[in-house]
Amino acid sequence: MYSEKVMDHFQNPRNVGEIENASGVGTVGNAKCGDIMRIFLDIDDNGVVRDAKFKTFGCGAAVATSSMATEMVKGKTIQEALQVTNKAVMEALDGLPPVKVHCSLLAEEAIHAALWDYAEKHHIKIEGLEKPKNDISEGEEEEQY
Amino acid sequence: MIYLDNAATTRTAPEVLEAMLPYFTENYGNPSTIYALGSAAKKAVNQARRTIAEAIGAKQEEIYFTAGGSEADNWAVKATAEAYGGKGKHIITTKIEHHAMLHTCEYLEKQGFEVTYLDVDGDGLVDVEALKAAIRPDTILISVMYGNNEIGTIEPIAEIGAVAKERGILFHTDAVQAFGQVPLNVDELHVDMLSASAHKLNGPKGIGMLYIRTGVKIRSFVHGGAQERSRRAGTENVPGIVGFGAAVERAVRTMDERIKKETELRDYLIGRIEKEIPYCRLNGHRTKRLPGNVNFAFRFIEGESMLIMLDMKGICASSGSACTSGSLDPSHVLLAIGLKHEIAHGSLRLTLSAENTKEEMDTVVEELKKIVAKLREMSPLYQDFMAKQK
Ligand SMILES: Cc1ncc(COP(=O)(O)O)c(C=O)c1O
Repeated sequence: MYSEKVMDHFQNPRNVGEIENASGVGTVGNAKCGDIMRIFLDIDDNGVVRDAKFKTFGCGAAVATSSMATEMVKGKTIQEALQVTNKAVMEALDGLPPVKVHCSLLAEEAIHAALWDYAEKHHIKIEGLEKPKNDISEGEEEEQY
Repeated sequence: MIYLDNAATTRTAPEVLEAMLPYFTENYGNPSTIYALGSAAKKAVNQARRTIAEAIGAKQEEIYFTAGGSEADNWAVKATAEAYGGKGKHIITTKIEHHAMLHTCEYLEKQGFEVTYLDVDGDGLVDVEALKAAIRPDTILISVMYGNNEIGTIEPIAEIGAVAKERGILFHTDAVQAFGQVPLNVDELHVDMLSASAHKLNGPKGIGMLYIRTGVKIRSFVHGGAQERSRRAGTENVPGIVGFGAAVERAVRTMDERIKKETELRDYLIGRIEKEIPYCRLNGHRTKRLPGNVNFAFRFIEGESMLIMLDMKGICASSGSACTSGSLDPSHVLLAIGLKHEIAHGSLRLTLSAENTKEEMDTVVEELKKIVAKLREMSPLYQDFMAKQK
């Protein structure tokens, strides 16, 4: 069902983890629907993405798109990072099954959310970036086990 | 490979295949013909019918072969609705039935029938009192599955059957997961109809049966020739029927031993997972449970990821996550027992057979521990949870 690239990025995900005191953190998706992505960006003074990490709850495609998206934004300027679209991520993975396309959208949104967070923290405006719409549902952790 | 998806399908037993082969090769005759070649096939079909009837305490003329469990479920419900629709338009079933039942009921709702879908408790059990309360003067059918395919819970079928009998309402049970795994007797259970499928008990795929008690007015499902007492026309799937018969014969002969072995393996696996993997929950009733069923939800992770990683270790399993159900929602069964969506997404079903070993269970636990830990390490939900714990 998945391409070799997707399987490779699922089996050996790049950039798993977190960045302490990250320049920007974006979390998108919804646990109810089965995917949440959190992307951490470390952006230097010249506005270049020095490092990117992720944490993802989701299926094989969700993990692989997170891995690929973080790979693709590393070393890019903010404007270049904005151009890492879901289509670009999908192409880099040699495609996704139709039911998994939303995972690549989530990856794009997670990058945008992290950039938005960075912009807010630094009181700047990033040309072409809109406030990300996705938000996770929180405060549902009291389940008894 | 470690095969732990026996609820999806089972390996055709070598003796079953062997019994079938002659009916592809030398005994290829049509059972409806009068020459010896045809009568040999007819004899074999009737022998299988007798074996299956005996296994559930039925008469052989009450067994109707179908192309599997889905067809048997469709037939039971649609043909009852048609035959008894004049008497009433209300059907009672449960929220945890197989889609073969649920989608058929949804279809009938579009045809003007009303369906009550009973809730189940946290273990997946139907409440008999709630069922009694749902009965109306126009109720024509009650259908409750014997054992659930996802969480393994065994329903109080004899009790429900007694209620249906007392109220004079037809009672059907989908015993696809139970037939051949646990003893079933149609009189003790007071069932009027029962669905079964050969491929769940080491028989071939695409063959099943519907038991219909004598006296039940049920319409023909396929019109045509006189096969299956004219109720389900079409030249018989002779090799399939012979294979089904051989599988039932084998299942009856080995049942006690298999139940003992599978229950031991099941409880051993459940025990180790509960002890060694934190933040998990056993789904389904602990004891009123199919012998081979293990179903867990692991918090903070998603099922499909688990399945791919297990597959990489040669372990075949299944999950009720949305990604594996092909829709955006996780399994309706897991939601019906009260799991939150995000927890249902992290479910894993392991269904054993008597061919599995304790060593395999140990391997599965060791691999699962690593996989769950790796996915949690990757999970933002786990990160948030751990941050809150501090
Ligand atoms: C409870 C139940 N009912 C019906 C079916 C459908 O059976 P079949 O695959 O033979 O059509 C299945 C099998 O998936 C099942 O588990």
